Amino acid sequence: MSVVPAEVLPGSALAADGAARGAAELAPPARLWPSLAAVYRAQLSRARVARIPLLFVATFQSVGIMIMMRGVVDGGGEAHAVVAGSSVVVVAFVALNLLAQYFGQLRATGGLDHYATLPVPPAAVVLGAAGAYASFTVPGTLVTAVFGCVLFGLPLANLWVLLAVIPLAGAALSGLGAACGLLAPRPELATLLGQLGMSAALLLGVLPPDRMPEVVRFARDLLPSTYGVEAYARTFAANPDWARVAGDLAVCAGVGVISLAVATWAYRRAAVR
Amino acid sequence: MSTRAAPTYRDSGEVVCAVRGLTKTYPAVRGRRGAPGTPEVRATDDVRLDVRRGEIFGLLGPNGAGKSTLVRQLTGLMRPDRGSVEILGHDIVRHPERASRILAYLGQESTALDELSVSLAAETTGRLRGLEARQARDERDAVLEELGLTAIAGRPLKKLSGGQRRLACVAAALVGERPLLVLDEPTAAMDPVARRAVWAAVDRRRAERGTTVVLVTHNVIEAETVLDRVAVLDQGRVIACDTPSRLKEQVAGEVRVDLVWRERAPLDVPEVAALRDRVVESGRRWTLRLAPEEARAVVSTVTGGAAFAALDDFTLTTPSLEDVYMALGGAARQGLVKA
Repeated sequence: MSVVPAEVLPGSALAADGAARGAAELAPPARLWPSLAAVYRAQLSRARVARIPLLFVATFQSVGIMIMMRGVVDGGGEAHAVVAGSSVVVVAFVALNLLAQYFGQLRATGGLDHYATLPVPPAAVVLGAAGAYASFTVPGTLVTAVFGCVLFGLPLANLWVLLAVIPLAGAALSGLGAACGLLAPRPELATLLGQLGMSAALLLGVLPPDRMPEVVRFARDLLPSTYGVEAYARTFAANPDWARVAGDLAVCAGVGVISLAVATWAYRRAAVR
Repeated sequence: MSTRAAPTYRDSGEVVCAVRGLTKTYPAVRGRRGAPGTPEVRATDDVRLDVRRGEIFGLLGPNGAGKSTLVRQLTGLMRPDRGSVEILGHDIVRHPERASRILAYLGQESTALDELSVSLAAETTGRLRGLEARQARDERDAVLEELGLTAIAGRPLKKLSGGQRRLACVAAALVGERPLLVLDEPTAAMDPVARRAVWAAVDRRRAERGTTVVLVTHNVIEAETVLDRVAVLDQGRVIACDTPSRLKEQVAGEVRVDLVWRERAPLDVPEVAALRDRVVESGRRWTLRLAPEEARAVVSTVTGGAAFAALDDFTLTTPSLEDVYMALGGAARQGLVKA
């Protein structure tokens, strides 16, 4: 229990000097990169506790889709689309859907107060979480891609392109997911938005585009995950058009920058009510 | 200081946190689809407070009295409609972002930390409070040791009991020194050992660094033992503010008599029936606030004769802060703590 009377505390006399009448010195704020690294590391460690939803569910789902599609699609361009689409759906599930749910939950339960009362740049919180969620997709995306290539007899040679597809599509989708989670007025709405985004990525990404009606194809072009799918699908060709692969990835990167900026703005808005 | 009798302090810079005319109104919510709407609520109503350096200043009141809303305005999490908050010379209403560089806040929720290990929760919070990596690790180790959490440092908060989880959150709040700690029910669900560890850690910071603490509580016993001064809140207003012992002097002339009846009060006994207008009834329990001689008379009535057969138990107590709250006309006379 308290045993120290306030009068005998060190520094009380100092405070009376008059110099202290002015504002006290503020503690230094946390800098962007170290705090981003700290948030990233902390978020990443959550995978130990929430391993199943964060790492496995999306993979099972995508593997299931591919097995299902195996009966419909024989090979060729359609198989490319199915494998690439299923791989990117893992990214969409985790980075968009789960991140939207996470931020929606955090906002609804007052968990954002923890970050809002620390001198941390908003971008560090958003980018750290988005980066971690994008990282959660790595094992699942690789497993799905390898499984898909084996299942449909596609070459594994250009699998390395996923190392660009995952972070860039991850940035675009996690920015979108974070923004949805932070802007939704209720957590259920955040969940709903995440689910809808994921379903869109699933339907428009996995199904081969050639047979789709014009309107659906237009919607497909609006979805950032499409460009990740296209980039990866193109690399299955005998002579991949690398310029167009780079072009698709550049679209992902551009959308990523914009959506993460929007998410950072949304965080600021959500943190002080 | 209370809104009723605000003593004036020397303008010596000793005041760490000055609150003036702080008002926040939640707008009315219209009812939807059968659900009734709620009228406009004044969560804080013209609150005026001065928290002095090095003291543990309590905000006491029942649920919904406006304690947490007040604290959220002090920490820059919520903008008041009117009024000012000045902490160590900084205007927090105009510059809410400065709050995080002056104070550490422990909120009621731990969702941001739930899936982290105790150790990582403390370390990450330290890093985000601006500490260098090395410093954050050192402070983390020191705080976990101080609060007796070293043995469970590797376990995620989610897997801990309520009290342990709360203690881990306190640890996170204490990593990275701040001159002002704002703690919203820090010891909720804790066992006595954990409580003692928290107050020892707080006291050490007061003795060594002159740390000031603003504490939200609705634990009356803790308030009486820990607080230097307490502001009693009721429906968003400060209805009294002083040291716990001086507040209790206001009701020193009274004794509280609690009577518990076996089934119901024996209203056929005239002496008992006469008391009925003055009791606060809660099921089988009657609570009376009486002058000592009256209390003695009541006790002799109920412990003898016909009334005694109906009596299950009775207690006589000297006034607590709860009685102060009741005497000050606390909302609906429901008391501070849920029974």
